[in-house]
Amino acid sequence: MLLIYCPYCEEERSELEFRQAGDAHIARPTNMTEMTDEEFEAFFFLRDNVKGLTYERWRHLNGCGRFFNAARDTVSDKFVTTYKAGLPKPDISTLRPATEAIVETYEATESDAK
Amino acid sequence: MSGANRIPGAGRLTPAKTARFSFDGKSYAALEGDTVASALLANGVHLVGRSFKYHRPRGIVSAGAEEPNALIGVERDAARKQPNVRATVQDVFDGMKVISQNRWPSLAFDVGAVSNLLSPFLAAGFYYKTFMWPKQAWKHVYEPQIRAAAGLGVSPTEDDTDHYSSRYAHCDVLVIGAGVAGLSAALAAAKTGARVIICDEQAEVGGALHFDKSVTVNGLEGFTWAQATAADLAQMENVTVLPRTTAFGYYAQNFVALSERVTEHLAKPDRKLPRERLWQVRAKRVIIATGAIERHMVFANNDRPGIMLASAARTFLNHFGVAVGKKIGVYTANDSAYEAAFDLKRAGITVAAIVDSREKPGEAVLAEARKLGIEVLAGHAVVDTAGKLRVASMSVARNGGGRARSIAIDALLVSAGWTPSVHMFSQSRGKVAYDFESQRFLPGTYAQDCLSVGACNGTNDLQATIEESLAAGELMSNASGFTATQKIEIHGGNAFAWTGGMAGAAEGAGPDTTVKAFIDFQNDVCAKDIRLAVREGMHSIEHIKRFTTNGMATDQGKLSNIHGLAIAAETLGREIPKVGLTTFRAPYTPVTFGTLINHSRGELFDPTRKTPMHALEEQMGAVFEDVGQWKRAWYYPRAGEDMHQAVNRECKTVRDVAGIFDASTLGKIEVVGPDAAQFLNLIYTNSWDTLKPGRCRYGIMLREDGFVYDDGVVGRMAEDRFHVTTTTGGAARVMNHMEDYLQTEFPHLNVWLTSATEQWAVIAVQGPKARDIIAPLVEGIDLSNEAFPHMSVREGKICGVPTRLFRMSFTGETGFEVNVPADFGPAVWAAIWAQAEPMGACAYGTETMHILRAEKGYIIVGQDTDGTVTPDDASLGWAVGKKKPDFVGIRGLRRPDLVADGRKQLVGLLTKDPNVVLEEGAQIVVDPNQALPMTMIGHVTSAYWSENCGRSIALALVAGGKAKLGQTLYVPMPDRTIAVEVSDMVFFDKEGGRING
Repeated sequence: MLLIYCPYCEEERSELEFRQAGDAHIARPTNMTEMTDEEFEAFFFLRDNVKGLTYERWRHLNGCGRFFNAARDTVSDKFVTTYKAGLPKPDISTLRPATEAIVETYEATESDAK
Repeated sequence: MSGANRIPGAGRLTPAKTARFSFDGKSYAALEGDTVASALLANGVHLVGRSFKYHRPRGIVSAGAEEPNALIGVERDAARKQPNVRATVQDVFDGMKVISQNRWPSLAFDVGAVSNLLSPFLAAGFYYKTFMWPKQAWKHVYEPQIRAAAGLGVSPTEDDTDHYSSRYAHCDVLVIGAGVAGLSAALAAAKTGARVIICDEQAEVGGALHFDKSVTVNGLEGFTWAQATAADLAQMENVTVLPRTTAFGYYAQNFVALSERVTEHLAKPDRKLPRERLWQVRAKRVIIATGAIERHMVFANNDRPGIMLASAARTFLNHFGVAVGKKIGVYTANDSAYEAAFDLKRAGITVAAIVDSREKPGEAVLAEARKLGIEVLAGHAVVDTAGKLRVASMSVARNGGGRARSIAIDALLVSAGWTPSVHMFSQSRGKVAYDFESQRFLPGTYAQDCLSVGACNGTNDLQATIEESLAAGELMSNASGFTATQKIEIHGGNAFAWTGGMAGAAEGAGPDTTVKAFIDFQNDVCAKDIRLAVREGMHSIEHIKRFTTNGMATDQGKLSNIHGLAIAAETLGREIPKVGLTTFRAPYTPVTFGTLINHSRGELFDPTRKTPMHALEEQMGAVFEDVGQWKRAWYYPRAGEDMHQAVNRECKTVRDVAGIFDASTLGKIEVVGPDAAQFLNLIYTNSWDTLKPGRCRYGIMLREDGFVYDDGVVGRMAEDRFHVTTTTGGAARVMNHMEDYLQTEFPHLNVWLTSATEQWAVIAVQGPKARDIIAPLVEGIDLSNEAFPHMSVREGKICGVPTRLFRMSFTGETGFEVNVPADFGPAVWAAIWAQAEPMGACAYGTETMHILRAEKGYIIVGQDTDGTVTPDDASLGWAVGKKKPDFVGIRGLRRPDLVADGRKQLVGLLTKDPNVVLEEGAQIVVDPNQALPMTMIGHVTSAYWSENCGRSIALALVAGGKAKLGQTLYVPMPDRTIAVEVSDMVFFDKEGGRING
């Protein structure tokens, strides 16, 4: 069970109190009705499935109730940082741990074996 | 007498403290502190089980958690039966019933053993090759038969009467394992003042000191020092010592799960005590001191009862005072097994020979063996064993061949070396590294804030282990700001430094493809099976594991994994680390379901939500149904009525007179603030600017993709205050949806959202007499049609308490919904009922509510819609504000597919035979004679018998439905095809006059 730092409560709390809420930094366009189908598709449907650092939204559902953003490594499952909603993406280079242990997974072993 | 093989003066148990237990119905004596394994061995019982696949006789292999063979059933009473208990970790208690498993009719004569004779046909992977045809037979014949024959214990059929507890704990340093390393580390950490938890799976601390009597620590026998140290630790306020507690799972951020066995060893436990306790520990730092596990030797017929690990024989002798045989043999590839022979020899047991696969055993142990007069056959191998239900002899030959010599024995101690227990380290996602010099996997790259010390870290020397552990204890405390104030001195001494060890098949395993040289006892996997897997093209250890099932039993290959890997590597001609190691998974040892689910069973499994009026409805005879976590009154049967009759009566009564209904479960959200209307404009498709205070509007909410998400009536209480209702099931997610948009997309709006679902009790009063029923109770509200028309809301008093009174209807009748603060709900319900009953009105439940709304064509989101329905599909296009510049879903609604022709649309269905009620979910076709697979154009979403219409009614989603009005479609069912006519969605009071009555 992960510990997640809520930037509003300013403390680490158990994962049980939080809920993931999809990708971060996808602003709802203000000109919705003028969007082309392709633009709407890109805004609403298309998402990257990142291996490594990803930016996502979380809600401290069973806590303060606030939505906030997090930078998390999808390989190590580690939170690099969390920050308040509306703030810009933090600088990746200053955040990424210098030596990130490669995590052994079944899938990784499988592909190595090939 | 507690067993003929108990050696007077040996062991640490007290001869006066006896206990009796039974094994397969036969009564035996034991001593307090015995495990089932030691007690059986004391009584000369080696045969304790039958193997999984071949049903071969099996005995006790180990003295600890790694035991693969000795799985037993333990019974306290009819309900408390535990299968698959490892006899080596279960304490004996007085009156205990132990039964063997996987044998019929008896352990000594097992019919299933025929599979041993058939074994040439049961090679690895035989399931996949043999049982392929016919396809159906796998499910109905092969699998049930194989499962019955290849078995573990039988689960109890009665509910578990024990209870289990759960505890969260936080500490600075968690120490896993309380051997020399763990105790030293815990002591060093504790002395700094850090909060320490130290756990060990055994009843007493000490780890390897249980068997290794030649070790001294600070001048004491090692085991004695361990007990004294644990007692000192337990006295300290900042330390928790947990024996009988297994750390079974290591999760993210030093979250470690422990299972504490509280009463498992007690004859008559206090029923107030939990049987087991789950500890969920969050540690700042973790010290892993889990030691090492001895491996067995892999050679022909190495699985007979009486063949066991050398360290296990030593434990049975030195701790339990039990000799595992009268004339023992030793087969080893390292020095440690010699000490077992020495201890037994000194206890007066005959040691027939030590067979060492090495040409050059350690000098020190050789000298000692010579001194004790024990024959050592270096450079030899045990190539076979004999004996029916227990080993009777071993065949020994010179390495490389030659004539075998048979030596009579009644027990054979084996040791191929020691495997560091990197399970916890690996579970922490640390990466192990292969050490070529010592031929073992050791902790490599750490992924979490933990440290391995002692044998699990590859540290062999005793003093080095102590120094390493003390340093780790201090270092790990530093992380929490604690520092050492005194130097701790611990001095250890041991008789012999151990050398040697091997992994993989020994001489006696043969290159032969028929020899049964077992590597995994529990799953009956032999060396030849690994070779077969490689020959058949499995080159990844993960594939080899799954093909042979090596390491996939409940012991998770604690003995077998390294052997399997070494044999695979040899067969493949690759180095061991190139073949890879399978990932260690939680749990380390099996954990009971009771511990994991804890209090979450029965009524405590899930919260039950009851409305304020629940008790009154119960008194009125309501039958309840589950709606999510809610209990809702379903219908109110009167004497002699079945559900159908009760519902028909309720439906008629509401339309003829009136009915009262508990609508408290509806979601309610208070939306307040200067920008409240603007916010609702964005959240709903409707326009809210034109809604005047005191009026209500039916609103539809979409997701951004344009599909209906929820609906409900919204009342405007004031310019800046709205009373929003949602569906019962949608309450929580609608609140989340609104909060999401308010916080992240529309943060400029000055709005406050409050969930008020449980703050209001809601009593719907519906029907021609509804006004008459509530009129005498209401103060300060003009209830006339003119002053209080349909879709209005007023604040006033009812029965003297404040109310938000809604004029609205989900039945199509004149209707009111009385909202009162939840605590007043029962009193107001009772007062309304006192008015309603004499007028001939009834209380009605959710079933009647569903039918009445369907008669009027009112949809239920989630029943008549499924997440792919637009407002227009549901004939609700009128609720979408055409002039609005923006709302959630505005762009989604314009997607090409959502405006295309031929979409599934909600329509009514009338069966040609009015007495036939359709099945909800039934598919609809145009041509009933079409060949299979038929073209399905939609499905029935709601279907009921309508007593008010005198016929069945239904709603359905049908492709291009609105253009098919009047057409005949068909609903094919397994037994018949039902013809239906497409109609509009309103079946009763099409003009809609009654609502304004």
